[in-house]
Amino acid sequence: MSTQATTVHQTKWWSGGKSPFNMEYGKLMMWYFLMSDAFTFGAFLISYGSIRFSQNFWPDPNVVFNAFPGAGHANLPLAFVSVMTFILIISSVTMVLAVHAGHKGDKQGVIKWMIWTIIGGLAFLGCQAWEWHHLITGEHAVLVDGKIEMIGQNMRGNPWGAVVNGPEVTAALTNTSHETLMSLMHSANASVSHEKIAAMSDAELRAALSTAELHVREKGPVAFGGYFYGITGFHGFHVFSGVIINIVMLIMTQKNVFQNKGHYLMIEKAGLYWHFVDLVWVFVFLCFYLI
Amino acid sequence: MEHPAFEEVSFHHHTDDAEFKRRVKKTTILLSVITIIELAIGLFIYTLHKSDVNRDFLILGFKGLVCILTLAKAYYIVSVFMHLGDEIRNMIMTIVVPLMLFIWFIFAFIYEGNSYKNLRNTYDLHFKETTMPKKHGNAETHEVKPAEKSGKE
Repeated sequence: MSTQATTVHQTKWWSGGKSPFNMEYGKLMMWYFLMSDAFTFGAFLISYGSIRFSQNFWPDPNVVFNAFPGAGHANLPLAFVSVMTFILIISSVTMVLAVHAGHKGDKQGVIKWMIWTIIGGLAFLGCQAWEWHHLITGEHAVLVDGKIEMIGQNMRGNPWGAVVNGPEVTAALTNTSHETLMSLMHSANASVSHEKIAAMSDAELRAALSTAELHVREKGPVAFGGYFYGITGFHGFHVFSGVIINIVMLIMTQKNVFQNKGHYLMIEKAGLYWHFVDLVWVFVFLCFYLI
Repeated sequence: MEHPAFEEVSFHHHTDDAEFKRRVKKTTILLSVITIIELAIGLFIYTLHKSDVNRDFLILGFKGLVCILTLAKAYYIVSVFMHLGDEIRNMIMTIVVPLMLFIWFIFAFIYEGNSYKNLRNTYDLHFKETTMPKKHGNAETHEVKPAEKSGKE
């Protein structure tokens, strides 16, 4: 007890009347909320990791995430997600500037940087919406029950399994439906017009396709889609709620709420949350897109 | 700016504008550079995957490097952008020490997943046959296998 007493005497941190952590209550609680949220995200990502390690095959992210808006079928691995990453980093920087303006009591500065942060958040959400939409609607040739089908991502599977060898593809072509043959022909050889493909018989299509380079895959692990949409969706929801919080902060700033209070600590707390969203993205980016 | 409403806060951090701007600029550049390096490594791993030569060990090494770079990024975001580095030591420890649980958490569960895979490959031949990717140009087993069970889990 005596040692404790001397410590108290030396620092006076714990003698009451002041925060032992030199931090305002709300901000401290925001930190503890973020720590618990880190465990939630961490648990999701670790569960993803353990399922991934339990599979013999896992899709290569560079094969799955290779599209860019407006670039058609061009193979651009990592391009779009790097745009998303930079959007989030930049919006984190504008948030730092908003918090700094708040420290100085500069209302116009806070408004300006909050608007930029909100724009960054909305841009990120737009990118994610495009990416999800592209992954769900984009159909790929997949070997299912000995025949080739064009499937996109759905609840029962995804088209990003292991590549199927040439002889198997040739065998599967004989069982493949006319419609699939037409879309395969179209994707394998974009220079041939739709009318020309429509006029071709099944035998002609098969003959043309057997020499073409087709990227036929097996169905990928169901867990891949589940974890990807679950975790990026949960992160996207955090971004969404962060944008809402930032909009509320912007309105409150505009209505002089913080000016009248004499401090902009709420901006600081919203800022902590926003940086956390950026921090989580760094790890989501690592786990789903890089490794 | 002082916070008169918060008497419990004993002292405030004062950073002058020039110092603050320099620090934010430096951190932003650092984060961008690390991200670009990560992307470069990611693309390099992609080319390694495409080549027929077995480079699994090299790929694993690069993936580990990307993980370390990501931790560096996380450190800069938390300590500079979130100002955790400027708080007092007691406060930092209440956040950082619980997060140490992740060290066990990550290793234990990844080990668990890997062990489950090995057990199933040993005792569940159906699992092994339907999910193990076939090697390219390997013409021994070429009957067409329906892959309907491949994503089981």
